[in-house]
Amino acid sequence: MNRNLHSFSISEAREGLKSGKFSSRELLKSCLDRIMQLDTKIHAFVSLNEKALDEADSVDINKPLGGIPIAIKDNFLTHNIRTTASSKVLDTYIPQYDSTVVKNLKNAGAVIIGKTNMDSWAHGSSTETSDYGPTLNPWNTRHLPGGSSGGSAAAVAADMCLAAIGSETAGSVRQPSAWCSVTGFKPTYGRVSRYGVIAMASSTDSPGPITKNVEDAALITGVIAGKDPFDATTSSQPVPNLLIPKKIKQTGLRIGLPKEYLEVLEPASRQVILNAAKKMEDLGHRIIEISLIHPKYSIGVYTIVQRSEVSSNLSRYDGIRYGNNRSFFNQEAKRRIMLGTFALSSGYYDHYYAKAQKVRTLIMRDFEKAFSRVDLIIDPPSPGPALKVGASLNAPMFGEMQDILVEPSSISGLPGISVPGGFIDQLPLGFGLIGPQFHEDRILEAALQYQSATNWHEQKPIL
Amino acid sequence: MDVRHIARLANLTLTDAESRKFTSQFSDTLSTIDVINELDTSDTPITYQVTGLTNCFREDKIDTGRILTQQAALSNSASIHNGYFMVSAIFE
Repeated sequence: MNRNLHSFSISEAREGLKSGKFSSRELLKSCLDRIMQLDTKIHAFVSLNEKALDEADSVDINKPLGGIPIAIKDNFLTHNIRTTASSKVLDTYIPQYDSTVVKNLKNAGAVIIGKTNMDSWAHGSSTETSDYGPTLNPWNTRHLPGGSSGGSAAAVAADMCLAAIGSETAGSVRQPSAWCSVTGFKPTYGRVSRYGVIAMASSTDSPGPITKNVEDAALITGVIAGKDPFDATTSSQPVPNLLIPKKIKQTGLRIGLPKEYLEVLEPASRQVILNAAKKMEDLGHRIIEISLIHPKYSIGVYTIVQRSEVSSNLSRYDGIRYGNNRSFFNQEAKRRIMLGTFALSSGYYDHYYAKAQKVRTLIMRDFEKAFSRVDLIIDPPSPGPALKVGASLNAPMFGEMQDILVEPSSISGLPGISVPGGFIDQLPLGFGLIGPQFHEDRILEAALQYQSATNWHEQKPIL
Repeated sequence: MDVRHIARLANLTLTDAESRKFTSQFSDTLSTIDVINELDTSDTPITYQVTGLTNCFREDKIDTGRILTQQAALSNSASIHNGYFMVSAIFE
């Protein structure tokens, strides 16, 4: 059967490129045609790289990502390609340098195909707060793609690129991946450099890949991870070999199933997660029911910490050196900046910010205790499948409520994954796993096992 | 919460409609996050950095690899004069 090149995974495309079955230009052209055909409907992209075809002609296909078209969330600085974070404040901003993630991808031979839509400044979980209009879910365009990396997840799900980069502060990689039925991986905080990423909440922001399968997520993570002298919060812990062998024989992992998290799930979603847990048991692992601090407390911690850091990070935008002035901030940004300013203001700091950071310690210790009993924990990326377009409007805490199940792991800096886990009424749902800090390899291997035993990731939306 | 005062601190301008809307939304948000006060943290230290890094220094040396030329630094500004950024006058 002749498959369209844009439908290939990275590993499939690399084989084809190396054996000369097609060129990097043909591969890129196939993705660009797909974008032309579908993006008026999906609206996954904010800008395209006009020089992409020339770049595809000159790449070395023997490099780890040689000739692979990758889409980049629009909060990563890309040299000479407009970068807006989907905010009109940055409508005219042309970066003078690359973020470290983009630099590493280019050094590995990747071709940047374009910049994907997002909640403006990454403020949200719907991609509906973008100043350039919402992205729609490829599985059903009446539904949201999730967010904030919704453009990246939709672009991968609709085969407009081979893979994409997202960033997660709490759920922004895993939740849109779950809603669009693709693989989203959030590495440990500090594993991947934030240099050149437009900051949201600096103590939790974590770049990560959104891909068509677990192998591709491992490959990209291997390329972008590591100590960066330009980001003092990156870790010098060595990056383990994430290039997973085809057959994993790992068995006997102890996998925790937190009962407080199951309570939050809608009944149909709970069944999907329980089915996935059963699958892991069939693969030779042990499911152990555990108890964690209720995730509702993480909503409070995350909201305070994130708004506070937002108010500080967004104070730099004055329209003098680049972009437009502060009157261009949309309502969501104004709300977040102001609530953060309030939480940090004299007389309220101890009650909000300091208290939240202490509860953060309690949640981290709770995970440490849990990981003394289990190797991994099941962490559903979202309480249910994709909600309808319009669901986030006039809901100032929409994102925090949608991300309730991934906020505890995010504020604790833990790595986590979402892989396609099933469908409810033709809408996809993700299965998620988290692990201790810097144990990306363990999560990826277990997720690969799950993927090998299921075919959810092979199903594609009809477009 | 005095929404207008907070907006001034954050250097933001609000319309009257936004002021009214935000006042009621902020009080909802603050009551939702108040749940964290149910947990006792009297003996709990603060976490600022989750992977435990402290005092990350670098050599005090100029790294030419990350310096922009004057031309590049000015390239995004709407208003420049003789190689400088132009700003509104602060003193009359």
